[in-house]
Amino acid sequence: MADIRNTFVGIKSPNPFWLASAPPTDKAYNVIRAFKAGWGGVVWKTLGEEGPPVVNVNGPRYGAIWGADRRLLGLNNIELITDRDLQTNLREMKQVKMDWPDRALIASIMVPCVEESWKSILPLVEETGADGIELNFGCPHGMSERGMGAAVGQVPEYIEMVVRWCKQYTRMPVITKLTPNITDVRKPARAAHAGGTDAVSLINTINSITGVDLDNFAPMPTIDGKGSHGGYCGPAVKPIAMNMVAEIARDPETRGLPISGIGGITTWRDAAEFMALGAGNVQVCTAAMTYGFKIVQEMIAGLENWMDEKGHRSLDDIIGRATPNVTDWQYLNLNYVAKAHIDQDACIKCGRCHIACEDTSHQAITSMVNGVRHFEVIEAECVGCNLCVNVCPVDNCITMEPLAAGAMDERTGKPVSPVYANWTTHPNNPMAKVAAE
Amino acid sequence: MPEGQFKEGIAGGRLAAEQYADNFSDLHPPLDHHEALVESDRCYFCYDAPCMNACPTSIDIPMFIRQISTGNPIGSAKTIFDQNILGGMCARVCPTETLCEEVCVREVAEGKPVQIGRLQRYATDIAMGENKQFYKRAEPSGKTVAVVGAGPAGLAAAHRLARHGHDVTILEARPKAGGLNEYGIAAYKSVDNFAQAEVDYVTSIGGIDTQNGKALGRDYQLSDLIRNYDAVFLGMGLGGVNALRADGEDAAGVTNAVEFIAELRQASDLSGLPVGRRVVVIGGGMTAIDAAVQSKLLGAEEVTICYRRGQEHMNASEFEQDLAAANGVTIRHWLQPKRVIAEGGKVSAIELEYTALSGDRLAGTGETLTLVADQVFKAIGQSFVPAALNGSSAAIDLEAGRIKVDAEGRTSLAKVWAGGDCIFGGDDLTVSAVAQGRDAAESIHRALTFNGRA
Repeated sequence: MADIRNTFVGIKSPNPFWLASAPPTDKAYNVIRAFKAGWGGVVWKTLGEEGPPVVNVNGPRYGAIWGADRRLLGLNNIELITDRDLQTNLREMKQVKMDWPDRALIASIMVPCVEESWKSILPLVEETGADGIELNFGCPHGMSERGMGAAVGQVPEYIEMVVRWCKQYTRMPVITKLTPNITDVRKPARAAHAGGTDAVSLINTINSITGVDLDNFAPMPTIDGKGSHGGYCGPAVKPIAMNMVAEIARDPETRGLPISGIGGITTWRDAAEFMALGAGNVQVCTAAMTYGFKIVQEMIAGLENWMDEKGHRSLDDIIGRATPNVTDWQYLNLNYVAKAHIDQDACIKCGRCHIACEDTSHQAITSMVNGVRHFEVIEAECVGCNLCVNVCPVDNCITMEPLAAGAMDERTGKPVSPVYANWTTHPNNPMAKVAAE
Repeated sequence: MPEGQFKEGIAGGRLAAEQYADNFSDLHPPLDHHEALVESDRCYFCYDAPCMNACPTSIDIPMFIRQISTGNPIGSAKTIFDQNILGGMCARVCPTETLCEEVCVREVAEGKPVQIGRLQRYATDIAMGENKQFYKRAEPSGKTVAVVGAGPAGLAAAHRLARHGHDVTILEARPKAGGLNEYGIAAYKSVDNFAQAEVDYVTSIGGIDTQNGKALGRDYQLSDLIRNYDAVFLGMGLGGVNALRADGEDAAGVTNAVEFIAELRQASDLSGLPVGRRVVVIGGGMTAIDAAVQSKLLGAEEVTICYRRGQEHMNASEFEQDLAAANGVTIRHWLQPKRVIAEGGKVSAIELEYTALSGDRLAGTGETLTLVADQVFKAIGQSFVPAALNGSSAAIDLEAGRIKVDAEGRTSLAKVWAGGDCIFGGDDLTVSAVAQGRDAAESIHRALTFNGRA
């Protein structure tokens, strides 16, 4: 049986599934329900400075986009950090940690970008027995207007400075949560690394407007006729998040820096993908907010089943296994040739592959053969682009089949070369490096 | 004396009064907003969609479903009406299980097609409920067209002709317009007087003068129409009912199923409508099913359909057969009527003979079976009655007993087109009649103008 116990920057949890700092972790009641359901850890909803807490809007806080059957694909929110009193949160955290010693409990913190603010809150958090802290440099809405959250995360110098303070004033492991609202995520990650962070977590939410109320011409969610950009999350952001995780994992400057992966994780498979790209564990929010805490049970069982099936004994066997395979476009093998293949038994003849290819791509799929509705790849036209695979509604009906070396590529009329060759040496590349004589 | 369901003979009031409304409620209740969105999400928006090709009126089904899913049911209804102005009734009565839904790729993939018929009803109900009129008459052409019969073919033709600016006169033999939509469909398929609402919706385009109670051959002749109008469209359906060719079929209690169905549709109080305690229906098509199921719903104790061939030969769709079975109708095969047995002039039983195929030929085996019956419905097909056309003008060519037309609906007579059940080569479906009426109207329009120009 696969062992999915997780140790992340020294913090132990029975599984790698943590709840991200967000509404589901705002108070003891929710967190206890989460632990009962089986979550390995929680990052408590972000604490602010002592004093009157922030206030939230009293209208809609969330906006969404949906797929077929109104499946929630993306959620955005304009909720701020915890609007509960600091002492209440600390008291509850302490009690929960005492009652659930085997689960990870991390405190997310966001206070003004001044040393004194961090210096004064850290001992209070440490006193709760929390396993670590997460620095919220990510929230893109509201708090960023006050110089916190993403406003810090977008300035690498600030990140490094605050991380340094935290490392100085607490013995707790420091996880730096990064915003995706930047152009190159490696820069803030490097800054956090330079400041001595124990780990980074990403992504926080993405600046977004989820919809427009066309009756009132107002962005959604709409508060009294106006709207503000919110933070976008959920399944729709997963590809963006995975790329950023991989970028940090393979960056020579940050290689080996532990990463807590966040962004649209909904199933065990999503979690496994993040970990394969280099995440040491994962944090989940939208999936829980959509379906409730029970989903962690599917994640645990699914991850175990897959690991057993593949013979992976512990998480260390899978973490970072895909990272070396993430490369730059210029190093992709241009002599690799694949062609789409349609399984005629599985095909339900909807014709979407044909029309996608015919209208928008390479005219490489038939619609009619000998007067009969029939969808088949024309290998002489197929560039192997994979669009047909992506639009087909039947799982595994269309597959990409690599041509063996030496096989004839009917499109080019040339046999497939067995030699790896990429753009850097391609004759069409004016910058091509001449192969060493 | 036994009462209610067990009352002997043909009698009304077999059920408790409140039971009738229940029994004759909507067979497929309309989808609500949520159901329609969930169902429309299932459509794959197929390329050159099989459903569209299976529809006799070629409605752009993927498009109208996509319009429902994007919150545009009115636009969806227009997509439907562009091809089929009787899309509302077709949504209710089309045997979708043998047309669009049979070839839906999700039927192929999962055995569960997108519920195209119910989605079509959803969109058309909304548009008709708001009385959204999508079409305006063209400038008056000064041309006049007579349409014989206000059934699906006639209405579709009249609407399309009116759109082109022609003045249309519909001559309908019955007291109400609608044809089989009004008189020939099981009540649970068209509740709330939908057929008349649809007639009003279709004719409100203007330029259509509907005259009910005007029968061809009785009140006017085809020659009059040819003389007085620029063109004539014949859509009078089938007036005759095939005989049983069984001894004693003139006994009281032996009735045409189509008359029973019409009477039921027109009844203001179903509890007053008499039906037998033991009913035998002879036939294997939709009419047989409609008569049998409705007999059962009126409270008949025993209803048996007897069909002279096997289950696989029945014209009634599998869905219809299942519907009959679910309502407690017994369907028996390989039985043909031999003799109606009467007592005191009233049917008391029917003697049937078993049949078998020897080669392609169906023959009685000699073995017989007698079923006790106080009512027998004949549902062995309807026939075209050409008598109304005879002698009033040059003879119109028939083929296999129905009017012969070309691909555009032109008959052998100049200025005369035809469509619907009265023509040869159709499939006796409402939706096909609509297609034929619509296409004949386009042909008439081309003939009355020069390639569509006045």
